[in-house]
Amino acid sequence: MSQPHSAQEDLITVRQLRKAYGATYVLKGVDLKVKRGEVSFIIGPSGGGKSTLLRCLNFLVKPSGGEIIFGDRRLCHEDGNTFHVVPERELRDARSRMPMVFQHFNLFNHRTVLENVIEGPTRVQKRNKEEAIAEARVILDKVGLLERQDFYPDQLSGGQKQRVAIARAMAMRPQLILFDEPTSALDPELVSGILDTIRQLAVEGMTMVVVSHEMKFARRLADRVHFVAEGIVVESGTPERVFDAPESDRLKGFISSILH
Amino acid sequence: MYDFFFVLIPRHMPYLLEGALVTLELSITSMAFALVLGILVALGRLSDRALLARPLDAYVEIWRDVPLVVQLLVIYFTLPQIGIRLPGFWAGVLGLSLNLGAYLSEVFRAAITSIDDGQREAGLSIGMSRTMIYSRVILPQALRIALPTVGGYFISLLKDSSLVSFIAVNELLRHGTIVISSTFRSMEIYLMVAMIYFVMSFTASRLVARLEFILTPKHLRRNVPTVAPTPLDALPAAHTSTSTP
Ligand SMILES: Nc1ncnc2c1ncn2[C@@H]1O[C@H](COP(=O)(O)OP(=O)(O)OP(=O)(O)O)[C@@H](O)[C@H]1O
Ligand SMILES: [Mg+2]
Repeated sequence: MSQPHSAQEDLITVRQLRKAYGATYVLKGVDLKVKRGEVSFIIGPSGGGKSTLLRCLNFLVKPSGGEIIFGDRRLCHEDGNTFHVVPERELRDARSRMPMVFQHFNLFNHRTVLENVIEGPTRVQKRNKEEAIAEARVILDKVGLLERQDFYPDQLSGGQKQRVAIARAMAMRPQLILFDEPTSALDPELVSGILDTIRQLAVEGMTMVVVSHEMKFARRLADRVHFVAEGIVVESGTPERVFDAPESDRLKGFISSILH
Repeated sequence: MYDFFFVLIPRHMPYLLEGALVTLELSITSMAFALVLGILVALGRLSDRALLARPLDAYVEIWRDVPLVVQLLVIYFTLPQIGIRLPGFWAGVLGLSLNLGAYLSEVFRAAITSIDDGQREAGLSIGMSRTMIYSRVILPQALRIALPTVGGYFISLLKDSSLVSFIAVNELLRHGTIVISSTFRSMEIYLMVAMIYFVMSFTASRLVARLEFILTPKHLRRNVPTVAPTPLDALPAAHTSTSTP
């Protein structure tokens, strides 16, 4: 994963991705690329389809059409009029390589911090339990929660819960981590702790796709920013390009709305 | 007269206790079947396969709308007509299990749907299969939530199993009536029967409370009020008591 040329490799390629609820298309043909080692931010107005896009990538939501390639595997594509999705078993395998961190943490409430973190490695990846525990402790130490390893989720603050959720994702040895508004449910004073954890992951070269309203953070951390509105990627580019030189009226409007 | 009452106790107690043992066997066996049935029916009704879910909905609705004693009589008299010969005990187990299974499926369904969907999604997002999510995430929590209510139903079952005396199963109440038919001491014998039911139910409710305590993670333990047993037919459709916040 650390070969120099791999930084240029596309880890995710999305073409003409569509998602309909009933007759309403909430994704209308999304094109997106994520390179290995890159931090991508998805920004845009509420209801624009950001969460839907993220959840289509790991098939928590089943797309209605289009193509998704993850690593060397094509997860779905269209062939004439038929839409093909790989079997559930392959989807599960893909999901285990791109875990998701949710706005509301979604920890397993009946399991301790440590049990939450080793659940995937031991049950999904069938790794040796002692090794998984050892690795989980290293990860928990990294996110500053080693001394809380035997706590239950409802004994933790929101910020701590979210760090456990991030640790749970990291324990999968993922190729990519998806974040859907990881700080939106947190009290303001807890936000920076989570942002620090994400920044640390970025420094280590983790590939991440982050849906976020934290614009300052996006500007500092993102390699690429994708502006999603009304079910399409309206503009993509470096943070400077997107924030300082927006081209479309839609993005100009969005940026001025968040500045005021 | 009162002297005579105390003479009746040692004379008839062994026979009554024999009946009580059958009551226990009947209740525990029926409970075991009803638990499995209740969980399976709950899962079936929650699946998005209408072909599975709708008939199960119908089962639950029908079984809840007919008095238990009528169900037992129907089963007892119908089975031989369609060529199935079951000993009274097993006809009783069948009737009680089908009845309680319908109620428990409602309890389990409510408990399962009370687990927030985010945990299911979190399981999916680390690559867990649906089966694994049920067995590792949803059911362990749902069963703990359902436990107090299920315990209450078990205590009701201990008492409601007396209805199988209508189909000639030699359980506690029937042993009581048999003794009365030869001694004509209705009051004394029924008092003894009542005492035995009380001791069994009371012990069962202590055990349920104990089990509940053991299965509650340490940090959530506090003094949980004991289960108030309610007759099967009197319980509302999806009655679930939640002991965890
Ligand atoms: N399960 C669903 N059924 C029907 N419509 C849905 C469903 N989920 C999302 N939508 C619709 O799809 C659109 C896009 O929703 P989505 O959650 O992706 O937006 P978002 O960009 O993440 O918004 P926010 O910033 O508020 O989280 C919205 O109009 C929403 O109402
Ligand atoms: Mg969203």
